[in-house]
Amino acid sequence: MLYGLVLLGVVITMCLALYRASQGPTVFDRMLAANMFGTKTVLLICIVSFLIDRTDFLDLALLYSLMSFIGMVAVLRFSKYGTFADVDEAIDQSGPTGKSLRDVS
Amino acid sequence: MTESTQFIVIPLLGLLAATALTVARMRDLWAAVMLSGIYSFLGACWMMVLDAPDVAFTEAAVGAGISTVLMLATLSHTSRTAKSRPRISWPALIVVIVTGSVLAYGTLDMPHYGDPDAPIHRFPSPTYIEKTEHDVHDMPNVVTVVLASYRGYDTLGETTVIFTAAVAVTLLMRIRRPEVTAS
Repeated sequence: MLYGLVLLGVVITMCLALYRASQGPTVFDRMLAANMFGTKTVLLICIVSFLIDRTDFLDLALLYSLMSFIGMVAVLRFSKYGTFADVDEAIDQSGPTGKSLRDVS
Repeated sequence: MTESTQFIVIPLLGLLAATALTVARMRDLWAAVMLSGIYSFLGACWMMVLDAPDVAFTEAAVGAGISTVLMLATLSHTSRTAKSRPRISWPALIVVIVTGSVLAYGTLDMPHYGDPDAPIHRFPSPTYIEKTEHDVHDMPNVVTVVLASYRGYDTLGETTVIFTAAVAVTLLMRIRRPEVTAS
């Protein structure tokens, strides 16, 4: 019962994050919503694994959070520098402020 | 999926449909990439609830991780917004609806989820499960044994295809490199 309530809360939070990702006026709203969605996925997997009593899924939840972190670093790096090349090279080309940041928002 | 997790499937599928509709209507491609990452996370959640953690992890790694990065790399070479709102093409819509109905009708004949009499549970699986212990020493995971041992040549072929594609893409993308070093 308690797990069910927590699950409901996570799903409602997912709805709110989805709303922010679709409506969000700036890039960072959307990025934050996507990051939060990764966190909610980890939480949902944890709750489901306790619910069906297979706690070995918890290792997978750990891997998910690692993946979500690496993906978010890649996205942030891309939206800051506009390229996946070396950061020094990118700064040399576009300046340290990163002109791509304003283009996307 | 047990009785206790059954009620979570419907909200997850509803969220999946909502995300797909939002992506289809989105003109800002950067936001569409973010939303497709969210879609992959939702799909991974759903597969997890259906008790398929390996498929769910592949979905999260490929869908939310790698393809988001690849899409962003593509966006850096093209424009960031779609040009115009496409008009509804009625023949295409009718074809899609008919195809979808036929596919949904086809699922009516499929065995129920977790049905022990389903062909997939009766035909090849017991043989693999029985022989794994004898054929491959001390390998607890049947899926790994099937992929890496019984279907080893198949997996080798798939890896070769992916390697060839990676080499081709690398060669194509290298054309831009000399400009960067020259400047």
